[in-house]
Amino acid sequence: MRLVITDDYSAMAEWGARYIKKRINDFKPDANRLFVLGLPTGSTPLGTYKKLIEFVKAKQLSFQYVVTFNMDEYVGLPRDHPESYHSFMWNNFFKHIDIDPKNVHILDGNATDLIHECNEYEKAIQQVGGVELFVGGIGPDGHIAFNEPGSSLVSRTRVKTLAQDTIIANARFFGNDIKKVPTSALTVGVGTVMDAKEVLILISGTSKAYALHMAIEEGVNHMWTVSAFQNHPRFLCVCDEDATMELKVKTVRYFKSLMPVHSKLIEDNGAPSLLHTEN
Amino acid sequence: MTLLYRFYNCTLVRDHALIQDDLWIRNGKIINPEKIFFSEKTRADIEYDCQGALIAPGYIDLQINGAFGHDFSSADEASEEMLIKVAKLLTSHGVTAFVPTIVSSLPETYQEVLPIYKRRAGSAKDGATILGIHIEGPFIAENKRGAHRTDFLRKSECGIEDLKTCYGSFENVSIITLAPELPNMVENVIPELVARHDLVVSLGHSTATLDCGERAILAGARFITHLFNAMLPFHHRDPGLVGLLTTHPLPATTIVYYGLIVDTVHTHSAAVRLAHRVHPHGLVLVTDAVPALGFPDGTYHMGAHEIVVNGKRATIAGTETLCGSIASLAECVQYMRQALLDGETNKEIINEKDSTQFVVESIEAATLHPAQVLHIENQKGTLSFGADADFIFLDKSLNILSTFIAGEQAWTVTDQWSIDNLQTKSSQ
Repeated sequence: MRLVITDDYSAMAEWGARYIKKRINDFKPDANRLFVLGLPTGSTPLGTYKKLIEFVKAKQLSFQYVVTFNMDEYVGLPRDHPESYHSFMWNNFFKHIDIDPKNVHILDGNATDLIHECNEYEKAIQQVGGVELFVGGIGPDGHIAFNEPGSSLVSRTRVKTLAQDTIIANARFFGNDIKKVPTSALTVGVGTVMDAKEVLILISGTSKAYALHMAIEEGVNHMWTVSAFQNHPRFLCVCDEDATMELKVKTVRYFKSLMPVHSKLIEDNGAPSLLHTEN
Repeated sequence: MTLLYRFYNCTLVRDHALIQDDLWIRNGKIINPEKIFFSEKTRADIEYDCQGALIAPGYIDLQINGAFGHDFSSADEASEEMLIKVAKLLTSHGVTAFVPTIVSSLPETYQEVLPIYKRRAGSAKDGATILGIHIEGPFIAENKRGAHRTDFLRKSECGIEDLKTCYGSFENVSIITLAPELPNMVENVIPELVARHDLVVSLGHSTATLDCGERAILAGARFITHLFNAMLPFHHRDPGLVGLLTTHPLPATTIVYYGLIVDTVHTHSAAVRLAHRVHPHGLVLVTDAVPALGFPDGTYHMGAHEIVVNGKRATIAGTETLCGSIASLAECVQYMRQALLDGETNKEIINEKDSTQFVVESIEAATLHPAQVLHIENQKGTLSFGADADFIFLDKSLNILSTFIAGEQAWTVTDQWSIDNLQTKSSQ
C-alpha cells in the first residue's frame, strides 16, 4: 500500500481530489472508453467533492465520460429524503458537475426486490468493464461501506443490517431520534471493492486513528474489513496527521519519507505518473 | 416537444433566503432537477448563463387602479384589450400578476365593468396574470373616503343584499375593501362574503375602532387596505385598525395581512419600519397606483376625477389630497429595502443584514405575502418546485433586468438580458 500523510483535513481532501483528477485526465476517457469511478458518502469525502467541483468549474476536469457507482444506500428511506445517499450525492456533487445522469449508479433502497437490485448492480459494474478507481472512507470500527465487523471479506453487493454503533453514529442526521434511523442498507461487498483496479481510502481525524492502525498494522481480519485491502495490489490511503495517532512512529516516518515519491502522483505536469505500478 | 431549461450562475430568493442554486423550468413550471436527474436521467435541453443576476418570484400587486394612462374604473375604457395592454406594460415593473382595482363607483359602472375583467393566466404574449378584481368601496366611511367620491358611497342597511344590488355579481372579484363599522358588516356581510363568495375581505377607508376591527377579523376579514391611510391614526388608548398588527384575541394561526404603500409619499419610512418590526410576516407592498403610473408629470383621468402628477406625488386636481401612488411595485420594493437599511444603526452588520434579511423581506412583501393573501402561495409568489414559472431578474440594486411569465421571457431592459444572448447550450 501507499500511505500519504497530509497535515490536516483540507490538505487530505485536496490531495485526494488532485489524485482523482489526475487519474481521470491521464486515462483520457472518451465515448468508447469510460472511466469507472466508485464513490463514497459521509463527511470525510465532502472536502474532496468540493475540490473536484472547483476543478470542473475551472475546466480542468470533466465528468462527461465518467461512470460512477456509489457504495451504498439506506433501505426504506424515500429517495428525496434529505438524508438519503441520493440526496447527498446530488446536493454535494452531481448537481455541480457535468456528469451524464445515465452514467450515475446508486443502489435503490426502495426496490421491491432488494436482492435482485443488488445482483443487477454487480452486473452493471461488470458490464462497464469493472471499476477503475474505487474511492472510500473508513468507519471508526474499520468498516468499508456498510461492511460491518464480521462481514465476509469476499462479500458481494447485498443487504446488510446496520450495527448498533453505526445507527447511533447516524442518529445525529435524523434529529437525534434513534427510531428514525434506517436499520438496514444495501452495500457493495468487500469483494466488490477488491475487484477494482485501484482502491483509494480517505481517512481523517482522531476518531479514525485506531481503525487505521487495525487496518494497516495488524492482520487481515473480518472485524476490521478495510484490512482486506492489504491483499490488493494497488491500495492508496490518504490521511491527515490526526488519523496517524495510533500508528507506530516507524510506520509514520517511513511513509512520510516517501512523500517526494507520492507527490508525483498528483503532479499537474500533463504527463501520466510513472508510478502507476503495484505498491 | 417540451423542453427542459436550466438557468444557472444566479442567486435565487427561495425558502426565505438568498441561495446559490440553479432554476429549472419545464412546461411553464419550476421543477425539481434532482428528480429529473435520478428518474429521467436527462440533462437540460437549453441552458442560460444568468450573469450572476438575482432571481426572484415575479411581483404581485393587489391594489392598482390603472397604469400607463388607463383607468380600470372607467366604463368607457373597460375592455379585455385594455386590460391585456396594461398587463403587458406592467411586466416592465417586474409585475407578473395583479388585481385590477375599481374605486367607489355607481352600480351601473360595476355592472358594466366587473364582467369584463376576467381572471386570465399570464403569458409572454398577454402579459401579467389577472388574479381577479379588487373592489375598493363604495361601502366605506365618508370621513375616510380619501379620493373616493362622496356621492358614490353607500351603506349596508340591508346587509349583503345591498352589496349584491350594487355590484351585480362577485364572480370575477377576489378582494373587497369595506368599512366594518357600517351596518351589518360584521354580523352578516363579511361572513357571507368569505364563506359564500370566497372573497378576501379587506378593512379600509374606515373609522373603525380596534374592537370593531377584531370582530371583523374574527368574522373572516384577513387584509387591511393601505395601512395608516384612510383610517384612524394609532392612538395609545385607542389603537384603531392599526392595532390589529399586535392584537391578541385572534387565534395564533390567523395572520392579518396589511397593504402598505411604500412610495416615500404615503408612508413615512419610520412608519414602514414600525409596522415591519411589529408584524413582518403580514406586510404586503401594494402600489395603489393611479392611471398615471408609468407616465411623466401631467394631468390624467381616474374614476370620475382629474388627477395631477407632479414628481412623486399624485393629487386630486385643485386639492392636496393624495389619490394613490405613481411608484411602480419594483420601486416600492427598493424603497422598503432602503427603509430597512436606514433603520439599521449597527454599521458593522448592516451588509450582512441587508443580504440575509432586508433584500429577502422586501421581495417577499411583493411576492410571497400577496400570494398568501389570495391563498395561492403554492403557485405564485414563490420559486418552490411546482410553482408557476413567473420570475424576474434583478440587479444588486433591485432594478428589474428581465421578466418571465410561465417560463417565457416577457420583457427585458436591454438586449444584453435577452435569452438569445444568455443561452450557452441548445437542444442536442
